[in-house]
Amino acid sequence: MAILNSNIPSGPVAQKWEKHKFDMKLVNPANKRKFDVIVVGSGLAGASAAATMAELGYNVKCFCFQDSPRRAHSIAAQGGINAAKNYQNDGDSIYRLFYDTIKGGDFRAREANVYRLAQVSVNIIDQCAAQGVPFAREYGGLLSNRSFGGAQVSRTFYARGQTGQQLLIGAYQALERQIGLGKVKMYSRTEMLELVLIDGHAKGIIVRDLVTGAISTHAGDAVVLATGGYGNVFYLSTNAKGCNVTATWRAYKKGACFANPCYTQIHPTCIPVSGEHQSKLTLMSESLRNDGRVWIPKRKEDCRKVPHEIPEEARDYILERKYPSYGNLAPRDISSRAAKEACDEGRGVGPSGLGVYLDFADAIKRLGENVIRERYANLFDMYEKITGENAYKLPMRIYPAVHYTMGGSWVDYNLMSNVPGLFVLGEANFSDHGANRLGASALMQGLADGYFVLPYTIGNYFASAKQPKPKADHPEFKKALDDVQARTKRLLSIKGKRTVNSFHKELGKIMWEKCGMARSEQSLKEALKLIPALREEFYKNVNVAGSEGEFNQNLEHAGRLADFFEFGELLCHDALHRNESCGGHFRVEYQTEDGEAKRNDEDYAYVAAWEYAGEGKPPILNKEPLVYEEIHMSTRSYK
Amino acid sequence: MNLILEVWRQKNANDTGSFVTYEAKDIIPDMSFLEMLDVVNEDLIARGEQPIAFDSDCREGICGTCSMVINGIAHGGLRGTTACQLHMRHFSDGDTITVEPWRASAFPVIRDLVTDRDAFDRIIQAGGFVSVNTGGTPDANALPIPKTDADEAMDAAACIGCGACVAACKNASAMLFVSAKVSHLALLPQGKPEAERRVLNMVKQMSIEGFGSCTVTGSCEAVCPKEISIDFIARMNREYGKAILKNRTDSKEGA
Ligand SMILES: Cc1cc2nc3c(=O)[nH]c(=O)nc-3n(C[C@H](O)[C@H](O)[C@H](O)COP(=O)(O)OP(=O)(O)OC[C@H]3O[C@@H](n4cnc5c(N)ncnc54)[C@H](O)[C@@H]3O)c2cc1C
Ligand code: FES
Repeated sequence: MAILNSNIPSGPVAQKWEKHKFDMKLVNPANKRKFDVIVVGSGLAGASAAATMAELGYNVKCFCFQDSPRRAHSIAAQGGINAAKNYQNDGDSIYRLFYDTIKGGDFRAREANVYRLAQVSVNIIDQCAAQGVPFAREYGGLLSNRSFGGAQVSRTFYARGQTGQQLLIGAYQALERQIGLGKVKMYSRTEMLELVLIDGHAKGIIVRDLVTGAISTHAGDAVVLATGGYGNVFYLSTNAKGCNVTATWRAYKKGACFANPCYTQIHPTCIPVSGEHQSKLTLMSESLRNDGRVWIPKRKEDCRKVPHEIPEEARDYILERKYPSYGNLAPRDISSRAAKEACDEGRGVGPSGLGVYLDFADAIKRLGENVIRERYANLFDMYEKITGENAYKLPMRIYPAVHYTMGGSWVDYNLMSNVPGLFVLGEANFSDHGANRLGASALMQGLADGYFVLPYTIGNYFASAKQPKPKADHPEFKKALDDVQARTKRLLSIKGKRTVNSFHKELGKIMWEKCGMARSEQSLKEALKLIPALREEFYKNVNVAGSEGEFNQNLEHAGRLADFFEFGELLCHDALHRNESCGGHFRVEYQTEDGEAKRNDEDYAYVAAWEYAGEGKPPILNKEPLVYEEIHMSTRSYK
Repeated sequence: MNLILEVWRQKNANDTGSFVTYEAKDIIPDMSFLEMLDVVNEDLIARGEQPIAFDSDCREGICGTCSMVINGIAHGGLRGTTACQLHMRHFSDGDTITVEPWRASAFPVIRDLVTDRDAFDRIIQAGGFVSVNTGGTPDANALPIPKTDADEAMDAAACIGCGACVAACKNASAMLFVSAKVSHLALLPQGKPEAERRVLNMVKQMSIEGFGSCTVTGSCEAVCPKEISIDFIARMNREYGKAILKNRTDSKEGA
């Protein structure tokens, strides 16, 4: 069994971080340059961490698979970033953000981490404004806020519908500045394919240069993974095409526990699937729910009618009816399920019948089209590009889609995994969102981890672990390199009859149908038969084009898919073991009479941290109990 | 619908490259241009041929990864649209479509439609930032900024760094890209202290990278998927003029 020590500092929750910062050992400024840090990922978490550590004096190597760090998937975040600034004087506070996040996560997150997140949230906004992030402002020149799902205060900062882009460009510019100063060496178009441990400590990685195909080793005193989420195990998701689980999965196979993989978030407002050719799904930001009303026809017979021919009394505003106090701003998991139920009843709209309306007619009447245009023009434009429909005139059609993954590498309070020297940040770790993430909280977490948490805690590791410098000629590097080469050769040598993409699509279908918005013991058991069978076929019958020593996107895809196959099984395994419904994990056997998720705190108030037990062996379950000292666990209600 | 594609194929930077003709069959109007290429690639792989290499990631018009010249126009000519957001409903059955990479000496071809755009990152390294370290920054509301300035800065900051402006320019100039960054930061009080040094260093790096000069034809603005205005080029020229007059040195030190 792995040893999981969450290392939560003692004392009252509000003082833990202060106290811990004081207790942690420091590396003196002149010694920092003696440490080499490997950062994999250049999204909000990776770029902010790499830049900040370089500013402090560490030597940083940063890796990403895109052609520039500025293109990490964080760029796509639209709606905003939360912070407990209480600029609106509407009753917000660090405590309220902490409380909302714990409750939103359905009481499955670690209190101490979440409290710290709420605390540092205020620094993030200051930092970003100082970098020149062009946040939205009021005429008086001060920052503007909007509200987001799961909150009754207005605490979301934004930059039009491009908040992720602007925050990432801020972090990217800080990173480029350090690259220019020679403190960070950047490796773009470079993919990490293996983690290297020496004497149990993370000491390096194996990477493939995606342009030349060359495989090489990089040694460091610590390895930081900020590699994003695993939503693409479902094939169709709102994630960028390249998003993958390889880095954290490779770490898992080297001993780093994977926590709560079954906590996946389905976002309620995405553009419905239009056909088999679909390569990804597009999110329509949740901020739209501030002004849009979700409805479907009351009667099945009306579903094919043009929406404005359906009179008011024949419409069912599902969220307003079911959740009067939060209405259209009910949290994501709840809103998604409401849409699914409606479509399952046969009341869905659009050609596929898998859609509900998000209607702006009332808001346009109340505020004028100009105001709506100012708030959401880019989203309306995107909707029109994709669907060919004008949402100022017709209601949007939306449907839930896989969007975010709360599970990830298990980390302690210091964001270090159970493998010493291996830190995991951002969406790639499991730590802050429990079983469901609230809107605008991922950007906050990525930047909190990278700007304000890791730069402190990594110093503590260096100062206390006192590990020798890794030597690049250590046999562990050679061994890991050989493993990677063997895996690559294997994929290329199969030369079967099916394409990589067709396998990925099929895996995605299994995951979505058997382990998507609603899961059952039976569906999960089926998935656990289907996935290994498909994986076996993959290794017999896949056709990976091209060769190793060249730019080869098909090979990249095959490698990522190979890891998704193994990971998908763990995800289903976790979902099967968790005999309760909580947040994004909905087991049909565990629901209340009116169809709400039924948690089981007695048996499942723990983090499930899965440990790799070797090829062909079932994973080992480690439990980190969740102890709530500050907040009383209650049934989550948004009614 | 069925289409004929003339696609630029080039094995690597040293290969001379040429157009190759492909058929794209059973294409439906709801597909994006890249989904159409996916279909062609699936077919090529099944036939044991090398798929067409092209860059993409977000496929929703924001990451700036996709980059191809379609029928002679960067991103295909639909106003304010990247190639990944261009849908096949804008084409008709039987059309012949040419597809090429960005062509500029500062963006060498890596393979087929994929180019090396590192030059843009190096221009940012030269000065496209505000020199603040993490921590110790004032409260975000301590410095009010007029909404109009913030909005204009956002108009400039919307650039996705795709390089279409360069691909569209007969001189392969990067002025729209550079001016968008210079303007974004110059419009905000946070960017003012190093505005002069920034514009001098970025412009210098731009010419080191081998981008051409600007003759104000406006072709960059016409293809920009974020509709960045060439007014920013005029603004940058003013900033540059001011900076030259003040005769600042171009120290690269940014700490
Ligand atoms: C469409 C969309 C909209 C969103 N909107 C919001 C929002 O409004 N508010 C909010 O708070 N959150 C939002 N989110 C969620 C949020 O954007 C992400 O959770 C967050 O940006 C993740 O940041 P990250 O730094 O952890 O990872 P990412 O930004 O995904 O970065 C991952 C990095 O790791 C690199 N990488 C991955 N694997 C490897 C490997 N094997 N080798 C080398 N490099 C690798 C990549 O190149 C990349 O640089 C949204 C998400 C989506 C999909
Ligand atoms: S793929 Fe991201 S902009 Fe086209």
